[in-house]
Amino acid sequence: MLQFLQLVASGIAQGCIYGLIALGFVLIYKATEAVSFAQGDLMMLGGFIGLATTVVMGMPFWIAFIATLIVMLLVGMLLERAVLRPLLGHPSFTVVMVTIGIGFLSRGLVTMIPFWGTETHVLPVPYRDEIVRVGGKDGLIMSMEHIVVIAVTALLMAALYLLFKHTKIGIAMKATSQNQLAAFYMGIPVRRINMLVWGIAAAVAACAGLLLAPITFVHANMGFVGLKAFPAAVIGGFGSIPGALVGGLIIGVVEMLSGFYLPEGFKDIAAYVVVLIMLAVKPTGLFGENLSKRV
Amino acid sequence: MRFLFKTDYQRDIRLFKHGGQMFWYSALALALIAAPWLLSSYWVSQFIFIWIYAIVSVGLMLLVGFTGQVSIGHAAFLAMGAYTEGYLYSLGWPFALSLTFAALIAGITGIIVGLPALRVKGMYLAIATLAFGFIVEEGVTRADGITGGNSGMMVGSLQVFGLPIDSEQRMYYLCLFILALVVLGVMNLLRSPTGRAFVAIRDSEISAQSMGINLAYYKTTAFALSAAITGIAGALYAHKLRFLSPEQFTFLQSIELLIILVVGGIGSIYGAIFGAAFWIVVQQLIVIAKDWLPPAIGQQTGLQPTIFGLILIAFILFEPMGLYGRWLKIRTYFQLFPFYRKGMFRRQKSYMKSERLK
Repeated sequence: MLQFLQLVASGIAQGCIYGLIALGFVLIYKATEAVSFAQGDLMMLGGFIGLATTVVMGMPFWIAFIATLIVMLLVGMLLERAVLRPLLGHPSFTVVMVTIGIGFLSRGLVTMIPFWGTETHVLPVPYRDEIVRVGGKDGLIMSMEHIVVIAVTALLMAALYLLFKHTKIGIAMKATSQNQLAAFYMGIPVRRINMLVWGIAAAVAACAGLLLAPITFVHANMGFVGLKAFPAAVIGGFGSIPGALVGGLIIGVVEMLSGFYLPEGFKDIAAYVVVLIMLAVKPTGLFGENLSKRV
Repeated sequence: MRFLFKTDYQRDIRLFKHGGQMFWYSALALALIAAPWLLSSYWVSQFIFIWIYAIVSVGLMLLVGFTGQVSIGHAAFLAMGAYTEGYLYSLGWPFALSLTFAALIAGITGIIVGLPALRVKGMYLAIATLAFGFIVEEGVTRADGITGGNSGMMVGSLQVFGLPIDSEQRMYYLCLFILALVVLGVMNLLRSPTGRAFVAIRDSEISAQSMGINLAYYKTTAFALSAAITGIAGALYAHKLRFLSPEQFTFLQSIELLIILVVGGIGSIYGAIFGAAFWIVVQQLIVIAKDWLPPAIGQQTGLQPTIFGLILIAFILFEPMGLYGRWLKIRTYFQLFPFYRKGMFRRQKSYMKSERLK
């Protein structure tokens, strides 16, 4: 039983990462109805910027954390302005392909940084290798990395919730995602909102990267974790923010459990099996909206 | 300028629209048949890859460009074809039979993948194919009794009706012949009611449905045909490479196939072939460029993905119709000389087509 709980706990931590990346997809999908395949690579970029700020520039970790988020916010906004805005109104397949291009480009460019890009790095974090026992001496063992992942995810979700619920800009985002044209008529600067959404999505991805870094190291291909966030987003219903997190948690836990109880190999495809079952049973996902289209 | 006077309805669906086309295609055919004698065996080998990739792209184009269903897992069908061929070859089946079987098995898998397409569309479908691609990749790795798993599988050289295909030249002709068959088949399909139904589904599912097109049936057919064509290419791929391992059929391979389509030009068979040719040539150019670039740049492993990413983004931003669109523009420029105007191919302003209920 304890072992089961242990697995569930680390599954939840891993699931938070998936949830955070999926959150980026969902934000972008809600705002622009485009699916970004670059989310995983933005996460990788975030990891490397975190590395640059802590190791090279020598900032304390938590300041570096904030700095990375701000840098990635700008990177996301720049990407939207340079690449995605000219494609506004094009079919979503075009946008998917362009984000795949961005993914290739960022992976390639990071690998090209001399002495750095091809290596695997350790992000020095202050909470490394600490262990917390929950529930007495024989209780659950949680590593500090996992606890930080869960805590930061919870904080971030709360912040986003407050943003969407109570601030003017968040409400403008909600309006834009519901109906662009109507939002535009109401005087909402739709383009700037879209830019901000891409920025926030990039920052959230970077956050996932920084949280994942102490667990799996920073390297150029760490962005492929992002591919497991698609199933998470679909399970949650592509347009739902709490859905993304729940989907991520489900994927994370299922993956951990199948890695332990099922034969070797199932761990890597568990996420995809779950998403196929979900699509067959309830294509709109757990929190999804109705997808039928008006003519 | 040439004016086409259509005197009966049959002329609308002719494969060759006029004598000039027939002349140029015959010239092209002759040039391609003569090519293996004129080129070094290295380039003949590259041409074989172009033909194989062209077959895959034509298959994928049928699905993405003509039926409007995105697949991000097409490498799975390639793997199905390749491993079926490899396995049946090791059992000693004749090539004609094993090729048919490779196409058949890939096609049946295509039907299975197409089944979610009946309920979901757009990005959901794309993610279903993505999931399927990963599952097949893992399955191939684990089923080491048949596929050899991670240690790979050797495939020998083949015999077609008693004729050994032992040289690059013979392989070239075999692949070219099969490509020609596939292209003719797809062109014929596209002017048949089935092909028209595909295009109708691509342009609007709702209007297609209103006109009595059975969406479920035609979408599944499109998946099956596309997968079967990809399976054929997979079988040839197996014999070309002589060695199969799971890392040849990854997610990245599926993405590369989609990039080929975008670069070539979505929605035309020319585009599929142009894209395949461009893709192979660019890879060779990168290999050549590595030699004379300064080693600090040339020896980078990141060079290739960077260039691919740049090419893809540049095409989407500056030439969304792909190489075929560029060719159309150049051709029109000379046909209408000096009356070509810049805006002739400009897209109509398109607004966001929402998939959601508003």
